[in-house]
Amino acid sequence: MTLLTVENLKTYFHTDFGLVKAVDGVSYEINEGEIVGIVGESGCGKSVTQLSTLQLITSPPGMIEDGKVIFDGRNLLDYPANGPEMRSIRGGKIAMIFQEPMTSLNPTLSVFQQISEMLSLHLQMDKETQRKRAIELLTQVGIPDAKRRIDDYPHQFSGGMRQRVMIAMALSCNPKLLIADEPTTAVDVTTQAQLLLLMQNLVRQYHTSLIIVTHNLGVVARYAQRIYVMYAGRIVESGSCDDIFNQPKHPYTIGLLKCVPRLDEEEDRRLVPIEGLPPNLINMPPTCAFLPRCPYKIDRCREEPWPALKPVGNQQVACYVDTKLTVQ
Amino acid sequence: MLKRRKRELKFVEGRPQESEWKRFIRVFFGRRIVLFGLIVVALYIIVAIFAPWIAPYDYKTISSTILSQPSAEHWLGTDTVGRDVLSRLIFGVRPTLIVGSVTILIAAVAGTILGLLAGYFGGWIQTIIMRFIDALMGFPMILLALLIASLLGGGLKNIVIALGIALIAGFARVMCAQTLTIKENDYIIAGRSLGLTNFRLMWKHIIPNAFPPMIILATMNIGMVILMEAGLSFLGVGIQQPDAAWGSMVSAGYNRLTSNPALSVAPGIAIMLIVFSLNMVGDGLRDALDPRLRGTL
Amino acid sequence: MDNTLLEVKNLKMYFPVTRGLLRRKIAEVKAVDNVSFHVKTGETLGLVGETGCGKTTTGRCILRLYRPTAGQIIFEGREISHLKDRQIRLIRRKMPLIFQDPYGSLDPRQSAGSIVGEPIQFHKLVLNKNDLKERVASLFRMVGLDPNMVNRVPHEFSGGQRQRIGIARALACEPSMIVCDEPISALDVSIQSQIINLLEDLQKQFKGLSYIFIAHDLSVVRHISDRVAVMYLGRIVELTESKKLYDNPLHPYTQALISAVPIPDRRVEKQRQQIILKGEVPSPLSPPSGCHFHPRCPIASPECSEIIPALNDVGDGHEVACIKVQ
Repeated sequence: MTLLTVENLKTYFHTDFGLVKAVDGVSYEINEGEIVGIVGESGCGKSVTQLSTLQLITSPPGMIEDGKVIFDGRNLLDYPANGPEMRSIRGGKIAMIFQEPMTSLNPTLSVFQQISEMLSLHLQMDKETQRKRAIELLTQVGIPDAKRRIDDYPHQFSGGMRQRVMIAMALSCNPKLLIADEPTTAVDVTTQAQLLLLMQNLVRQYHTSLIIVTHNLGVVARYAQRIYVMYAGRIVESGSCDDIFNQPKHPYTIGLLKCVPRLDEEEDRRLVPIEGLPPNLINMPPTCAFLPRCPYKIDRCREEPWPALKPVGNQQVACYVDTKLTVQ
Repeated sequence: MLKRRKRELKFVEGRPQESEWKRFIRVFFGRRIVLFGLIVVALYIIVAIFAPWIAPYDYKTISSTILSQPSAEHWLGTDTVGRDVLSRLIFGVRPTLIVGSVTILIAAVAGTILGLLAGYFGGWIQTIIMRFIDALMGFPMILLALLIASLLGGGLKNIVIALGIALIAGFARVMCAQTLTIKENDYIIAGRSLGLTNFRLMWKHIIPNAFPPMIILATMNIGMVILMEAGLSFLGVGIQQPDAAWGSMVSAGYNRLTSNPALSVAPGIAIMLIVFSLNMVGDGLRDALDPRLRGTL
Repeated sequence: MDNTLLEVKNLKMYFPVTRGLLRRKIAEVKAVDNVSFHVKTGETLGLVGETGCGKTTTGRCILRLYRPTAGQIIFEGREISHLKDRQIRLIRRKMPLIFQDPYGSLDPRQSAGSIVGEPIQFHKLVLNKNDLKERVASLFRMVGLDPNMVNRVPHEFSGGQRQRIGIARALACEPSMIVCDEPISALDVSIQSQIINLLEDLQKQFKGLSYIFIAHDLSVVRHISDRVAVMYLGRIVELTESKKLYDNPLHPYTQALISAVPIPDRRVEKQRQQIILKGEVPSPLSPPSGCHFHPRCPIASPECSEIIPALNDVGDGHEVACIKVQ
């Protein structure tokens, strides 16, 4: 069952320097109980896409220009950004976890106050039940001695613990979809492993869907079932994790996989970097944004606009070149 | 403004190289308001130099009428002893500019050095310097200046010294705070790791980066200093009659604000104009010297 | 062992925690606690560990940006841990530092050319302005930057380019060793490999250039290093050749660390076993007794909380600090 379908989403920023097409025609979907990874480098629009689905873009300068976000059979973009419908969906049906656990928790409120805020808003619980539920949640996300720590303030927790609190808050109203935006970038690897495993288990337990937004290909390889690779505001490749990691087809995906060091690599392996710089999104040309850095480019790439996603094997790829023939 | 600075700039390869000096000229002189400020400052300086030739009367000459209203003869009228207000205004540029600039210079240089040393070396050096500064700040500034001026005796030179010392505290505080932040930057550690001396790090890397808030502080203080001079004159330790200084003119004419408004309004406007102009020049200087604004300005 | 460039023996760096006007010492943070290792000429030694493990402090102690509490640092045959500021200044240029943050590590008011040229000029390594210009231009080319960009200021460069400027500055005084402190972790994935390759190329080009490569990313450290030291709460727990570290990690912490790093390969990932550690890294203010790792260790026994394990060679230069590993 499809839970969320995003169709042709476009979010533009009108800046003093020109038009920035941060999200430019992005479509994706997520099924119930599925873990999906959205991968890309900074500035590729992966976070803006997620914020747009919840209409959390600061406007101006940001504007959702076009597209549909269909959730539970309703188009979320039909609702006003600050209306009651959107508010009940945010946190209630769709919850988000951000990268910086330090700044995403309010430092002046205790953990219980912050969780109870969510519970009373979305589930109309009374204080007694709220407290029980909050302790239960904190225990579930692995906070030792939750009963005592529930009245502590965010600064009394370590970075990893704060992120656990964030996860508890996100799960507090049994959301159908959890969006984790770079959830483990700010924490150490052993903590990252703990947190991701925790999220994986909770998602299975509650049959919640999970979108992991990250730049870390390893994280996606370990946890996600399907992935979307984004570059310069568009999805350039999508498919199941197995297919994409075994046989990447878009030049950017191929480049990404070749340029990161692997823990299990042969000695003296030379990395193959993606040459050049990530594109500047201001006033982009209509051609493929990866063109200047692409090692496989053909004449057609220069002449025609950015290709749409089309099926290649089991994947969807936005490229004119059959990379399989050109390289491997 | 801040938001604009953070955003990455469009990066055009092979963009014609503009030398730092050319950019400075273009940015600094490119803004009308800065240009206006510069012209005003230049005018004041010209007036100061050529005062005896420009002024219609001598600033000491006493005419027959006292407290006359502005007329064709005395454009801004005469004061309580019958001196021409316009002439006194023109002659008053000299001490006013000297008080404004030299005082700030003394305070800024001394404050920068003290703040820099305190912030850079920390420890007991910081404790000693900053306790001294705190003690200076503990006194009301005017009282401190009054104390120093009465110790040294009146007159322009001593007033400048007294006000300069009284203002050191503010500069030292800001500089110390600036240094503390700047020295935590990796480029200072990088400099140390390359074997640069402390002197070079302070001179080449900390002072230039602490420049913007210091400029703002300096331009803000100029107006205050001019008015403080008036206060001191009023209390009898400043520039003494019959010498003319705007500050003392404002305070002298202020009882007759209703009957003879020109007496204090004219020097007041003159002060306001120079303070405003200097602020604009200071802003322009700060922006023109900031390489981070390259490309946006 | 005559090709040893740097030897660190029993290095300790304790930071006092003070309180009040009189700066009374109330506690001590043992940021680096009895660390010993050596770096050979032309070698890359990786220092890896999680936040608060003391890897950055170790690097800065070696450069004598801090005055170590105890221990010896022997650089090019000379004991430098107690040299005076004046003497250390001349040695520092032989072992510059590359930083994590490509934004904060360059003076925003200096042009790129003057950033790179400053150490050359300061140490009077060139005779005149023309030589300086040429030297700077050649350094720019070496790190893959267009020498025509010398007049630009840092903020006109992208993150990767700034990091190249930082590398050019480090190379300016013909160093024998560069300490790289998380040089790529602030960069985009696709740019990281450019910088890694550049560092590798430079090492080939300048025969005998050594690196101390400090990072939290185990894959990167393993890729670039010849030998890797894994640190935990101020101590080295395992030190070995990078190949052995993945194939045969002996310390339980290293094993957990390796299992925590995901590999971007679906087939490999499916077969890997994860070791999930209990709890979090304890505060360095009050580290556990004995072996710092024992409260989280899956194989700890009561002795572990009493005995501080020494770093023992278990053969072929593979050193481990664990009483359970012989």
